[in-house]
Amino acid sequence: MARLRHYTEFLFLALLLAALVGLFSVQSDHFWSLVTLQTITNRIPSLALTALGMTFVLVAGGIDLSVGSVSAVAGAVFGWCLADRGLPAALAVATAIGAALACGLINGVLVNALRMPSFIVTLGLLEGARGVAYLVTDSQTKYLGEKLVLLQATPFAGLSVAFLLTVTLMLVAQFVLTRTVFGRHTVAVGTNEEAARLVGISPARVRLIVFALSGALAGLAGLCHVARLGAADPNAGSGLELSAIAAAVIGGTSLMGGRGSMLATFVGVLIIATLEAGLAHLGVSEPLKRVITGTVIIVAVGAEATRARLTARRLQRAIDR
Amino acid sequence: MSFPRLSVRALKKSFGANVVLRGLDFELADGEVHALIGGNGAGKSTLSKIIAGVESPDGGKLCLDGEPFTPDSRRAAQTAGVVMVMQELSVLPTLSVAENLFLGDLPARHGVLDRKRLHAGARAALTRVGLHALDPDTPAATLGVGHQQLVEIAAGLVQTCRLLILDEPTAALTGSEIETLFALLRELRAKGTSILYISHRLDEIGRLADRVSVLRDGQLVATLHARETRRERLIELMAGAALPAPIASAVPSGRGALAVRLRDIHVGRAVRGVSLDVHGGEIVGLGGLVGAGRTELLRAVFGADPLSGGTILLGPDQEPFTPSSTRVAVRRGFAFVPEDRKHHGILARLGVQDNAGIARLAAYCRAPGIVNASAESKETRALLAQLQVRHADTAQPIAELSGGNQQKVVIGRWLNCAVRVWLLDEPTRGVDVPARLAIYALLRERAAAGEAMLVASSDYEELATLCDRVIVLSHGIVGGEFSAAELTPDAFMAAAFRGFKTGAT
Repeated sequence: MARLRHYTEFLFLALLLAALVGLFSVQSDHFWSLVTLQTITNRIPSLALTALGMTFVLVAGGIDLSVGSVSAVAGAVFGWCLADRGLPAALAVATAIGAALACGLINGVLVNALRMPSFIVTLGLLEGARGVAYLVTDSQTKYLGEKLVLLQATPFAGLSVAFLLTVTLMLVAQFVLTRTVFGRHTVAVGTNEEAARLVGISPARVRLIVFALSGALAGLAGLCHVARLGAADPNAGSGLELSAIAAAVIGGTSLMGGRGSMLATFVGVLIIATLEAGLAHLGVSEPLKRVITGTVIIVAVGAEATRARLTARRLQRAIDR
Repeated sequence: MSFPRLSVRALKKSFGANVVLRGLDFELADGEVHALIGGNGAGKSTLSKIIAGVESPDGGKLCLDGEPFTPDSRRAAQTAGVVMVMQELSVLPTLSVAENLFLGDLPARHGVLDRKRLHAGARAALTRVGLHALDPDTPAATLGVGHQQLVEIAAGLVQTCRLLILDEPTAALTGSEIETLFALLRELRAKGTSILYISHRLDEIGRLADRVSVLRDGQLVATLHARETRRERLIELMAGAALPAPIASAVPSGRGALAVRLRDIHVGRAVRGVSLDVHGGEIVGLGGLVGAGRTELLRAVFGADPLSGGTILLGPDQEPFTPSSTRVAVRRGFAFVPEDRKHHGILARLGVQDNAGIARLAAYCRAPGIVNASAESKETRALLAQLQVRHADTAQPIAELSGGNQQKVVIGRWLNCAVRVWLLDEPTRGVDVPARLAIYALLRERAAAGEAMLVASSDYEELATLCDRVIVLSHGIVGGEFSAAELTPDAFMAAAFRGFKTGAT
C-alpha cells in the first residue's frame, strides 16, 4: 500500500517532466536534440549537488539557507589556492571542499549549541559566508582558465564527468538515506525528534552530520560552477539555496521533516532545468521565464501538498481514535 | 427555599472507553471552602473542568444557585461567576502583569488601550492577593512560579466570583505565599464566595476547608466535616475496600543479581532524594499520585533530562553510570517506554516496521552502518507476529493502529536489544484489556529471562498484580515500599500522601 503510494508520487513527477519535454519539443523545432540534452545535463550539477545536501537537511527537520554562499566560498578558496598560492589542483580541490565542510560543521555546531532554529543560524551564514567569499577573492572574479577540465570532459554520450559524478552521488545519497543506520536515524529525527531521542538516537549528532554533508556538497557544487565558467566568482551561487529548496520540495520532500527522496529531488532538479532550457528555446523573456517557473513550482508543490494534507488528515483521524 | 451554590446530579463523562465519572452527585454550599480529594483517576480534575466549562459532560445536570448551569466554554462559566485557576499556568510571559490580569477584557477607548484604567484595575486586583508591592507593568516572565500563580488567582478574581475553583494551588508556592493565599481565601469566603479546593496536601484541608468530599472511581464516596475528620479516615475512604485482592504473578520471578542502584537521586524540584535498588528478574512498581515525580525520575535515569544530583550504579559490580544522553543509556542496557505514547513513543508518520526496528538497526547490519533490509524485514515480521500486532502491512503508518497495538510495538522494539534494565512509564495507559494482558505476559517473560524492570503506574491494580515489589513516591521522596504480599490500598494511599506537606517544596 505505502509502497504503491510512493510509486504514484514518483509517477506524477515523471509525468510532469515528460509533459514539459513533450510540450517544448512540439513548440520548438530545436528542443528535441542531443545538444539540448547536453546543455541541460551540463548545467545541472551545481543545483543537483546542492539539492541533495538540502534534502538531507530537510529530512532531518532543518533547513540550510547558507548553501549558495558556501558554494561561493569553495570556489573562492579554490581560486585562491591556484592563483595566489600556486597549489596543485588536487590539493586546491581538497582545501576548497574542506572549507565548505567547515561551514557546514559551523552550522551544525551552532544549531546544536545554541538550540536555535536552523533557519536563523544558516541565514547568518548566508551573509557571513558570502562575506568570506568576497574577502578571499578581494571582491574580484579570478579567471582560472581550464584548471578543472576533468569535470568538463565528456567521456560518454556527451555527458560531462561532473554530470556523471552527480548522478553517482545521487544514487549513493539515496542509498545512505534509505539503507544506512544514519539515514534511518535522520528520518526518525525529522519525524519526531523527542521520540527518536527516547530510543537512544542522538539528534545532535544527526544534525551535525547532515549540515556537514550539505556544506561539503555545496562545496562540490561550487567547484562545478568554477569548472563550467573557468573563473572563481565571489557572486556565484546567489539564490542557489532557494532553487535547491524548490527542487527538493517539488520532489515531495517535506519542509516539516521526516520525508524525502534523493531520486525525487533529482527529478525536481530536472524539471527546473528543463523548464529553464525550454523557455529559453521558445525565446521567452527573462521576466516571463521567472513568472512561469514560479507558477510551475507552486502547481507542483500545491498538488503534492494537497495529497499530503489528505493523507495527514486520514492519519490524524487515526491518531485521535 | 434556598438553593446550594452548586449542585451536581448524576454527572457522567467518558473519554473513549475510559469512564471517568459514573453518575456523580455533589453539592457545594454558598460561602464555604469545600475540599475535593481522591487518588489518581478518581475524577477530581474532570469534575472541576466540567464545572468550569472546559469539558462538557456526557450526561447529568448542574445547577448554580438553583438555575440550570450548562457552560459551553471557560468564558461562559466566567460570565456566570464560576472561575477556575488552572493547575498549569496560563500566564502569557511576554505581556505585563496588568495585561495578563485583564487579557479577556482590556480597558480601551476606541480600540486604544486605556493604560490608566488598566493600571488602576491591576493595582486593585494585586492588592487583593497580597501583592501590593508588585508593579503592574512588570513583564510576567520575570515573576517566579509562585507569584505567577498568585497573579493567575488575581486574574480569576477580576470579575465578581460566585465559585472559585483551585486545582493544587499551593504546589508551587512558598510558605509565606501560602499564608497569603489562605488569608485571601478566608476573606473571599466571608464575602460569600464558594471555593472548590483540590489538593493532595491533607494537612491544608484541615486548616482551610469547611467540608471535604472524597471521590473514588468517578463517584462521590462521602462528604465530611473537614475539621472533625482524621487523616487516616480520608485515606481509608480514598483507597476503598472494594479493590480486588492482588493476584500473585503467574510466573514467580526469581530475584537475581543487582541490576541498578539509585542513591539520593535529585531531579529539579520534582525528585528530592530517591534511593532504590532493582535486581535482575524483578519487576518493581513505582506508584504515587500525579506529580509524585515518577516520570521525572525515569526520564533522568535514562538520560532524557538532566540529573540534578545523586549516583546511579549498574550491575552486580556497581559500576557508576552517568546518564549524559539517551544514546549512552541504551548502550549500557537501558530500555525506555515513555508515558506519552502519541508524542514520545511512536514515530507516527512512519510505518510499523520502521517503528519496530528503530532501536536495533545496528543489529541488522552486515557491513558497519548499512542496514540489511531483508534481515530487518524478516526479524520485524517475526517480532510483529510474536507480539500479535494487528496491522495491514509492515509499511502501514503506525498511527493507524489501535493504542494497544501501538504500545506492543513501542515495547517490542526493545526486545532482542540485550536490555538489562527496563524503565516503563505507564506501559498500559489507553490500552485495551487483551493487549494489556499480552503486555503483562511479555514483561513477566522478560523478567523471567533475568531482565530488571522499573514500572511506573497510576493504576493500583496494575501495581498489585504485575509487580513483585512496589515503591511509592510521594512529592519526590520515597513514601513507602511494599512487597506484593504487604501491599494494601490503605497502606499505599498513606504512603502516597506522606510527602505532601505544606511548605515542603
